[in-house]
Amino acid sequence: MIWDCDKATRNGYRDALLELGREQGNVVVLDCDLSKSTGSHLFGQEYPGRFFNCGIAEQSMMGTAAGLAASGKVCYTGSFAVFATGRAYEQIRNTIAYCNLNVNICPTHAGITVGPDGGSHQSIADISLMRALPNMKVVVPADYIEAKAAVKAAYSIDGPVYIRLGRPLVPKIYSEDYEFQLGKARILREGGDVVIIAVGVMVAEALKAAEILARDSINAQVINPITIKPLDDEVILVAAAKTGLVITAEEHSIIGGLGSAVSELLSERLPTKVVRIGVRDKFGTSGSPAELMKYYGLTAADIVMKIKDLL
Amino acid sequence: MEIISEEEKMSPAELRDFLAEKALLIRRDIIKMITVAGSGHPGGSLSAADIITALYFKVLRHNPQAPKWPLRDRFVLSKGHAAPVLYAALAEAGYFERRELWSLRSLGSRFQGHPDMLKLPGIEISTGSLGQGLAIANGMALAAKIDNLDSTVYTLIGDGESQEGEIWEAALFAAHHRLDNLVAITDFNNLQIDGRVSDIKNVCPIDSKWSAFGWHVICVDGHNLLDIVSALESARAVSGKPVMLEATTIKGKGVSFMEDMVGWHGKAPTKEEMKSALKELGVDEWE
Repeated sequence: MIWDCDKATRNGYRDALLELGREQGNVVVLDCDLSKSTGSHLFGQEYPGRFFNCGIAEQSMMGTAAGLAASGKVCYTGSFAVFATGRAYEQIRNTIAYCNLNVNICPTHAGITVGPDGGSHQSIADISLMRALPNMKVVVPADYIEAKAAVKAAYSIDGPVYIRLGRPLVPKIYSEDYEFQLGKARILREGGDVVIIAVGVMVAEALKAAEILARDSINAQVINPITIKPLDDEVILVAAAKTGLVITAEEHSIIGGLGSAVSELLSERLPTKVVRIGVRDKFGTSGSPAELMKYYGLTAADIVMKIKDLL
Repeated sequence: MEIISEEEKMSPAELRDFLAEKALLIRRDIIKMITVAGSGHPGGSLSAADIITALYFKVLRHNPQAPKWPLRDRFVLSKGHAAPVLYAALAEAGYFERRELWSLRSLGSRFQGHPDMLKLPGIEISTGSLGQGLAIANGMALAAKIDNLDSTVYTLIGDGESQEGEIWEAALFAAHHRLDNLVAITDFNNLQIDGRVSDIKNVCPIDSKWSAFGWHVICVDGHNLLDIVSALESARAVSGKPVMLEATTIKGKGVSFMEDMVGWHGKAPTKEEMKSALKELGVDEWE
């Protein structure tokens, strides 16, 4: 596999919006003074009548998105993940999710790979916050292609969708003919000794780890669930039954995210050992994305080490 | 679609009597609903009763037989705890059977403690968490502008509610985008749960604050039905700016022992208190 990084998942948002603008007359895009970072300013240039910069005001942006959606629009809201989900949590909860409105919350700059901006800007609990809300769907794309497909697909999904997007350039995982399906996991590599379930930037790390493990004749299966909610229960149950050892990997707190979702499923339906790789109940800190991936133990080498310890 | 509007042909005096009768029925139903439920918010429901009456029985373009009619005006009850006044008005307007009101706040009821758009026709958006309605109304007003629809969005906010920061985020947005199809009304009763708004965290002066935020402000007696109607009608004629109606009201208006009493913010009357309240509202018994 080639690990050249060409595009960020946030670029998928930018490009999907341009296509949606062309194809769907009722798409309206809102942003909170971060449109040049999220890429939504290009939608604004193409479709000025359907783009509104709400200024630095995430709470009222979510309310305005809800009002637009209640009047038949399909709204996309951009911001950074930490502000979109944290600052405006109660607006998302009580207005968007409670009313099951067609607002797709697609913040960028999620996780620790925001880098030098530091802990104040690194969202490590956004999946947890969004996953706990009834009606909310949670999608964590791994590459540009998946991100773009998810943002486009969200248009036709009833009710709100949370799509978690990142700032750094990431390797290409999927081919151009990729088709997004809500709640449908992808098995990216077969293996019977251990299964690594990974989302977002951790999908590439999981695949790299599987390559390294193969040299020592350890066969790791790699699954990208893509949507954490709804989770593809069946694919995960089959993988757990086959391997008996489940590793989850996410650029998020080990509390409340993918690791929790998989643990909840397996503890109820097929008790299996689950080891969670993620940020271990700490805030972020300044540093380059690559440094931080190492600092928080999120690299392929960390996954390899963990699995070798366990087997 | 043609809207039936007998009140169009009325003289001012006839209109006043017509609206006063509606407001009285609504006030009685508020008292009965909350008494039966055993909990709820009578004070803020009664203070808004005349404003809601003017909206639903004169100003608002709506059709109870087609609640989702695309050309309708919208109303957002930002102070969602005043749900009983909205439920009573919607029932009187014909959105549903009035007898259903007595299920307020009970398990399985469409009449939730705070309005739920997914359960009840006529509710444009679910509210209850304070401070959110104005931003939502902005979105609805924007949608009407995008679609070139001649529909007006009204929202009712509390004076205490105006302590929420999101109100002022939304105030900036509406003025910036010149949402002249948006009319917000402040139910200025100067009471909130913990005491007088002016003692807890003063929001006055309301008029000059909203003016400074770029809004056209109209001040009105929130219990003078004809004045409310004419203020709302003149609001629709304002161009280039959103409109704030500062409606001075009395919390608990219409029931003497509830008037201007902080304790009646969120307390249900006993059966005896209901009887004396209904007597003041012109009926001896539950009818």
